[in-house]
Amino acid sequence: MEVLFPRTVEELQKLMKDTPDGLIMAGGTDLLVKLRRTGRKPPAIFCTERINELQQVDVRAGEVAIGSAVTLQRLLECNTVQTELTALFQALSVLASPPVRHSATLTGNLCTASPAGDTLPPLNVLGAEVEVCSSGERRRQPVAEFITGPGETTLKVGKIVTAVIIPRPTVGTRSVYFKVGRRKAMAIAVASMAACIVAGDDEKIQNIKLAWGSVGPTVVTAPDAEAYLMGRSLSFDSFRKAGLIVADAVDPIDDVRASADYRRRVAGNLLLRLCGLERSE
Amino acid sequence: MTLNFILNGNPISVETPPDRRVVDLLREDLGLSGTKECCGSGECGACTILVDGESRLSCLMLAAQLEDRVILTIEGVAANGEFHIVQQAFVNHGAVQCGFCTPGMILATLDLLRRIPDPTREDVRRELSGNLCRCTGYQKIVDAVMAAARIVNGGAR
Repeated sequence: MEVLFPRTVEELQKLMKDTPDGLIMAGGTDLLVKLRRTGRKPPAIFCTERINELQQVDVRAGEVAIGSAVTLQRLLECNTVQTELTALFQALSVLASPPVRHSATLTGNLCTASPAGDTLPPLNVLGAEVEVCSSGERRRQPVAEFITGPGETTLKVGKIVTAVIIPRPTVGTRSVYFKVGRRKAMAIAVASMAACIVAGDDEKIQNIKLAWGSVGPTVVTAPDAEAYLMGRSLSFDSFRKAGLIVADAVDPIDDVRASADYRRRVAGNLLLRLCGLERSE
Repeated sequence: MTLNFILNGNPISVETPPDRRVVDLLREDLGLSGTKECCGSGECGACTILVDGESRLSCLMLAAQLEDRVILTIEGVAANGEFHIVQQAFVNHGAVQCGFCTPGMILATLDLLRRIPDPTREDVRRELSGNLCRCTGYQKIVDAVMAAARIVNGGAR
């Protein structure tokens, strides 16, 4: 098995064209585990870790572009992520462990597309897009459309993700991520929820986006619950009633970590954690 | 392929298949068995090494990734034959029982103290959360790291 280190996106694309069965490796924390478990030996592995262009975190006027080879640790250290993309920051803080975060990437978490992927619900509520490059052309696709099922994305052979692009939230927007796991670290979520909320001075909800992890084949949204909460106050009563709608909207499974019933209940109850949410301004 | 990197302070050149796991290269080819392998899937931290000063899992790295990097394994921590402050603190506080997790714990601690020179106990627990220990219950390990941090900050070495 060859292990190659292209220095530019163009070089990577040429390698992929020459060896179509080769695999792209970003941090390798999912890929190498999978290859070892299945015994699969691709003819080549193309590592993105030495492509300078993909190592950049570009904070622009209205958005942040995160290169696909940027490690999770670098994102945790990024001031804009800490202060503006709080739901993502909180998810990164509880994703796996420090040594894993020193290798793993945000794009890798997206492409693995686990139903329990910690960064997926935050990216969903923050309205993130994936930048995909094929034969020199770059197109954007919303994260919610990019992931199509457990372990499945729209990424086709020969295409690569060059960046994840996240709009910078307007002042006054609050975003959070809550995770329920069996342990505090190195835990696959039993259930998780990300929320992005804009509320007025009267504490009435002007805009709300919600997304859950680990309670369906991929990220689950509940437009009915969002619609119910619009214009209501950030109160226990509002969230309790919205939680009942959520419990109907999710589609969890029984597995070694929790039962479907428990997940359904937790998914609804996670909303209650939004009651005491402090204003960030 | 011929691989060139800095290992425990010395430049080395080794002949290896590029897809050899780093943990196998270290333990089997280079005889550095201080780096342990337990889960082989990134869950336990026993195989932790420092790559350019950052804790990484050698069971989830391919040999070719080491090219031009600076690698520190547990064998390089006490290179002059004397315990490092962190190692001595582990001894003093009974933070070693069976010892299998200890090399990874020591290296993860070096990375932790580089980034957070004056950690709280909570910082230590969070930063060492990728290193499992089945013996100590962690209490003594946290004690040792806190003691090492106090000595480092006191400028004793």
